[in-house]
Amino acid sequence: MSQTQTAAEVPDRSGDPVLEVRDLRVRFGTKRGTAEAVNGLHYDLYPGETLGIVGESGSGKSVSTLALMGLVPEPPGRVEGEVSFEGRNLLDNTEAQWRDVRGNDIAMIFQDPMTSLNPVLPIGRQVTEHMLLHLGMSQSEANDRAVELLERVGLSDARRRLDSYPHQLSGGMRQRVMIAIGLACKPKVLIADEPTTALDVTIQAQIVELVNDLQDEFEMGVIWISHDLGVVAGIADRVLVMYGGRVVEEAPVDELYADPSHPYTLGLLGSLPVLGRRDREELTAIPGLPPDPVDLPRGCTFRPRCPYQLDERCETERPPLRDVGPAHRSACFYQVPDQEEPGEAFDV
Amino acid sequence: MTGYIVRRVMQAAGVLFGVSILVFLLIHVVPGDPVRLALGTRFDPETYEALRQRAGLDQPLIVQYFNWITSAATGDLGVSFRSGRPVTQMILGRLPATLSLAFGAIVVALVMSFTLGTIAALRQGSKIDHVATAISQFGISIPDFWMGILLILLFGLQLDLLPPSGYVSPLDDPWRFLQHLVMPAVTVGVVSGSILTRFVRSSVLEALGEDYTRTARSKGLRERTILVGHILRNALIPTITVTGLQLAYLLSGVVVIEVVFSWSGLGLLAYDAVLDRDYPVLQGAVLLFAVFFLLVNLIVDLLYSYVDPRIRY
Repeated sequence: MSQTQTAAEVPDRSGDPVLEVRDLRVRFGTKRGTAEAVNGLHYDLYPGETLGIVGESGSGKSVSTLALMGLVPEPPGRVEGEVSFEGRNLLDNTEAQWRDVRGNDIAMIFQDPMTSLNPVLPIGRQVTEHMLLHLGMSQSEANDRAVELLERVGLSDARRRLDSYPHQLSGGMRQRVMIAIGLACKPKVLIADEPTTALDVTIQAQIVELVNDLQDEFEMGVIWISHDLGVVAGIADRVLVMYGGRVVEEAPVDELYADPSHPYTLGLLGSLPVLGRRDREELTAIPGLPPDPVDLPRGCTFRPRCPYQLDERCETERPPLRDVGPAHRSACFYQVPDQEEPGEAFDV
Repeated sequence: MTGYIVRRVMQAAGVLFGVSILVFLLIHVVPGDPVRLALGTRFDPETYEALRQRAGLDQPLIVQYFNWITSAATGDLGVSFRSGRPVTQMILGRLPATLSLAFGAIVVALVMSFTLGTIAALRQGSKIDHVATAISQFGISIPDFWMGILLILLFGLQLDLLPPSGYVSPLDDPWRFLQHLVMPAVTVGVVSGSILTRFVRSSVLEALGEDYTRTARSKGLRERTILVGHILRNALIPTITVTGLQLAYLLSGVVVIEVVFSWSGLGLLAYDAVLDRDYPVLQGAVLLFAVFFLLVNLIVDLLYSYVDPRIRY
């Protein structure tokens, strides 16, 4: 497993990005008012690159990727901005055009493999049904490909498994089936929405490794959503840290862990146990709760939980993303000193 | 599977035995003397005794029960006090009417509930949803015999579109059979359908929110494929139980409706048997209702394992 990426492994970013997200906004009309779930997301994804999106529940990370597939229910949802895929703005898609994209150009694997597979349909049908649709295969061609895919994701006795039902497989096996479903039509972008959260740790590592290998093989751009910085460290090339529907920090993965800049990232890293480190006495928690998307705080959305708040603009202005290093940007008015340990400021 | 069926049939036999005792006791314990009823107000005590003896009513209950149940096991349900005809023959004669009404009604119920329930769930909170909910509320609330009478008044008498009552065997005249079937089937079907509509609606709503539906969407499948192949397939599971219960209820003779429409099925037979204190007929009919119930439940359980692969026997 590529726990640390060497320079040679960093994907080539000189070509064209496969996905360009510009000022993506997702809002939901609720009884209490408008919930601003995603507020101006901006990033590029290159072929072969893995982008980690990290944040707490409600930070907008999952919703932002559902928007990439046209799966935000409208109404009550409302998606604005631009998502360019192969030079085309997906947000102009009709429903029929979206269906062509989903599962074909952009595929998604979900968090809970126990509930994401249909319990009453055999595995084979679930792996093949979109191949018939998108690739125009016959059922027997699709079955052959399904067997190949299932073998590739590590399912033994794949031919026989086509007739199995989800309840006959373990959680890890089901997630492998989900991955096979995701890869079936050779998508250019694979969105992995916390695919390892529901699995136990040894299986997690296997799944991470599997997706890593498959990514090289399929030359896909991968968006890996997680609340777990540890998992993201193992797979991502670049990381976006989201808070209150915004990116608060963006950096190459090594840089983010070595030199975090935003107070929220510092807090997240401080809450992460590090094996073999004895000098850190205890894990720190970020006090308070994530912001309410219907009633986002004025100024910096992280301000109510921030231990610094050292700039007068914190209360009045939304801090813009600004460069703090090469390819490293942070949305904070205050520059945290380099020597400070992650989480230190959160110790009370 | 075979082992399971054998086990279930054995269980059913046990239940039937219990039912037979209950039926027998209930009927013999309730007041009313069939022989006295048959003879009218003035009779000769000797004739009375002779008749009682002939019907075996003078023997101890336990002996009467034993005689009845042993012949019932061979298919002989005795002879009607009233008409003197064999009960088995009378019941078999009424069976087609009851079966056609029950299945006609269940078809009406299924068509109504799957259409209304699915549309209501897909358009949750919309006007269509409210209308569907109101219709099913209406169907559950109004007494079926009252709706039957209204239908007879409107379609049978006022508009003269359908025959107001009666039963015609499909072997005699299939077209007239259908014409006669429509109103009673709709009357009973709407009640069952209203109950089922709520189940279909909530099952579809539940399936719509499930993760596997999101997965199906993320594959780019058509909405219709998702609805039929993924959502309804799952919504079917809870619905089957309720449909089975409704069918069992319909098969046990919808007494009131058969009376209203003069539909000469088992319900009407049982109704007349109660009025006449015709013990053998009533016992036979109730025993048959119990058999229907057990049979439908067994079929429902077997269907379960067919639609839900997680259930294996």
